[in-house]
Amino acid sequence: MNLLKPISAVFAFAVAVAAFGADQPSVRVEPSSLQGPRQLQQQTAKAAVQDYLEAWAVLSKAMSQNRPGLLDQGFIGDAQDKLAATIKQQQIAGVHTVYRDKSHDVKILFYSPDGLSIELADAVQYDVQLYDQDKAIGTEQVQARYIVVLTPTEVRWRVRIFQAQSE
Amino acid sequence: MKAGLPLLVAGALVMSAASAQSGNLNVPATIQAGAAFSIQCGGSGKATLYIVGPSQMIKRDVQLGEAVSFPAGSVGNAGHYVVFLSSAAGNESGALDVLPAEKPADLTFIAKPSRLPVSLQGAITGAAYVFDSYRNLITKPQSVSFELSNPSSPTQTHTVQTRNGAAWTQMDSSKHEGKDQFIARIGAVTSTRIVNQVPGDPCSLKMNAKSEGGKIQLQTDPVRDCSGNAVPDGTIVTFTESYNDTRSTVDVPLKRGVATIAMPAHRGATISVASGVVLGNQIRWDQ
Repeated sequence: MNLLKPISAVFAFAVAVAAFGADQPSVRVEPSSLQGPRQLQQQTAKAAVQDYLEAWAVLSKAMSQNRPGLLDQGFIGDAQDKLAATIKQQQIAGVHTVYRDKSHDVKILFYSPDGLSIELADAVQYDVQLYDQDKAIGTEQVQARYIVVLTPTEVRWRVRIFQAQSE
Repeated sequence: MKAGLPLLVAGALVMSAASAQSGNLNVPATIQAGAAFSIQCGGSGKATLYIVGPSQMIKRDVQLGEAVSFPAGSVGNAGHYVVFLSSAAGNESGALDVLPAEKPADLTFIAKPSRLPVSLQGAITGAAYVFDSYRNLITKPQSVSFELSNPSSPTQTHTVQTRNGAAWTQMDSSKHEGKDQFIARIGAVTSTRIVNQVPGDPCSLKMNAKSEGGKIQLQTDPVRDCSGNAVPDGTIVTFTESYNDTRSTVDVPLKRGVATIAMPAHRGATISVASGVVLGNQIRWDQ
């Protein structure tokens, strides 16, 4: 199968992403066993994963500042709607949350034949801190597997589905 | 309170036997999206309960020592939630996983292309994502049926198991032009797209010639693709006349399925016809 070539290319990308700075979460991109007839080029995979990781930074900023307008930079569709609704709930309740992603283990699962979506799984570790009226309520370490679907927009891939599963 | 009881019972049915406990806080480990559930908060006095996730946040003032009930529909978005209980005695936490509902309620279906020539193998693709009624992606495998049909061709059906909520298929375009219905179906949920199938390139070309008013009147037979569909009007047919060292070429669009042109009559001229990559017959004019 000619899928083997892009798969190894994606794996090579893992090293590049893992070389981020110390403040960044550690990132590993696993070799994929892609379903679908469409070849995933290394450049496409790299851009999608990079944009996904940046979406976490967008999420963190939007949740901690309770600014749903920021979500537009990384999210679209259902994911954006749900996250924006959460921020509104936080605003009403007078709370905010700080999400700090510590590590990602990303595997690309599906590249749709039309090229309009990439699905990936991410075994992610992050901390959630909850503040009520700026008083720290608690911090919890979370380990979860996220299923993520990205779609291409004008200049970047944006997250359309962002859903944690129990491991 | 009476109305809430059946909801609580329903919630109890879908709760996992396991639950996340932390001191006085007893949280079900998993629930299904939209199901009723309850959280036990031991102790006495007042406290604040928070259910925190990226997709939803709930804050509730609670009385310790009582079960806090959440009616059906309280938490509809699948995901991982952290539960915090804050009281004068201190803070506690637990975790709650909300799973997608099992019953599919919606499909996102993308079919490509929306227009293509007939008789191409594997040229139509469809991809579908399966959702529950809360727009959670259902990641448990489900059977999605893809059907491509038109009145004049046998229906193509492929049944595909979803993997991680996604399924895809490839179909052949049919032999006859027309608007095909491309349907993705899961249970009673369907999503339909129209794929417009147009005739392919001309399969063969044949022209006839006759003398008319001192010119050669040329006309093709009706131009069809290899499946017998009439090639659309506007398709260009090229007539070329070669005489001594002179060569004249005229592009003529099909009108009502045929191309017609009058060219100068020269004894010994050779006239050929072509459309795209298809070469038709050749006529030598000896009159």
